[in-house]
Amino acid sequence: MSRETLSIVTILTCGLVTYGLRLGGLLLADRLPKRGRVRAFMDALPGTLLLSLIAPSVVANGIWGGVATLFTALCAIKTKSPLLSMLVGMAIIAAQRYVTRSC
Amino acid sequence: MRNRLWAGAVACLPVAASAAAYGAVLGVLAEQKAIAWQTLLMSDFVVFAGSAQFVIVDMWSHPLPVLSIALSVLLINLRYMLVGASLEPLFRGKSLWHKATRMHLAADENWAVTMAAHRRGEADTSYLFGGGVCMFTFWTVSTMIGYRLGGWVPDPEMLALDFAMTAVFTALTTGLWRGKRDLLPWLAAVVLAVVTSRLLPDRWYILIGGVGGALVAALLPQQRLPNEATSQAETVGEAI
Repeated sequence: MSRETLSIVTILTCGLVTYGLRLGGLLLADRLPKRGRVRAFMDALPGTLLLSLIAPSVVANGIWGGVATLFTALCAIKTKSPLLSMLVGMAIIAAQRYVTRSC
Repeated sequence: MRNRLWAGAVACLPVAASAAAYGAVLGVLAEQKAIAWQTLLMSDFVVFAGSAQFVIVDMWSHPLPVLSIALSVLLINLRYMLVGASLEPLFRGKSLWHKATRMHLAADENWAVTMAAHRRGEADTSYLFGGGVCMFTFWTVSTMIGYRLGGWVPDPEMLALDFAMTAVFTALTTGLWRGKRDLLPWLAAVVLAVVTSRLLPDRWYILIGGVGGALVAALLPQQRLPNEATSQAETVGEAI
């Protein structure tokens, strides 16, 4: 398969999966578990998945990665603004790189 | 019906404007990863789910790991089943065609706005769909603007653009914290992800850390309050 075809297949698959979940949830509303272990798994998934995405990249950025992440999280808790918090984290990393490069 | 559509769209303007801000970031990141703008636009149209689209951009590499991208999208969007299920009272008595054509544009933001309006007795499926059209317009336009801007950034490393994704996800994750019972699952996810990233190639750490952490949550003693599902619906809606 060419690169373009594979890109299209990837996006279409992701689209089908997402649409299937949206419509499936509506159609199967009565049959989804409202409590119990399966439900606990589903409820925990968004948080654990996002954390798994972040963790290795934080570690790869060393101590300053940790500092930037900590301040991003604190800002998000205080301000509830993901955009502002993102900018705080990026500013810390950018400042650290700027200082390291000029030294 | 047109009135409800319009009311839904107007009610979603504030959340759509803030989603547009990340949309622009997504566009910049997609450009930096040399993803074609057509591919990004297609993902806006067919996936239309912010955090999943960030994950797709993050995992994009050649040769394309189609299966692990699709699996990650499945897991990260699993919450949409709960979103869909929570909309059942709104769609009760509607035809399958009505459901099938309205659900695609149910994103976290317009869903949360619609649920709030539903509690006040002001929402119907047109309201949800109007909000979806508003979100979709802002989202698509903002990703394309971001993509365009991405081409003008001279030194992405110095602007810490490679850290943008980590920072966005960190901010989103804080909104998902549900209290002490998340401690062990979250710790497990972090440890598993970091260890797996050293041992296995590609992005397997996302799946292994995410599923592993959620399994810990499933294995812990279950204690839930009767109205927890709705309160979680609110926090997820605010966060993503």
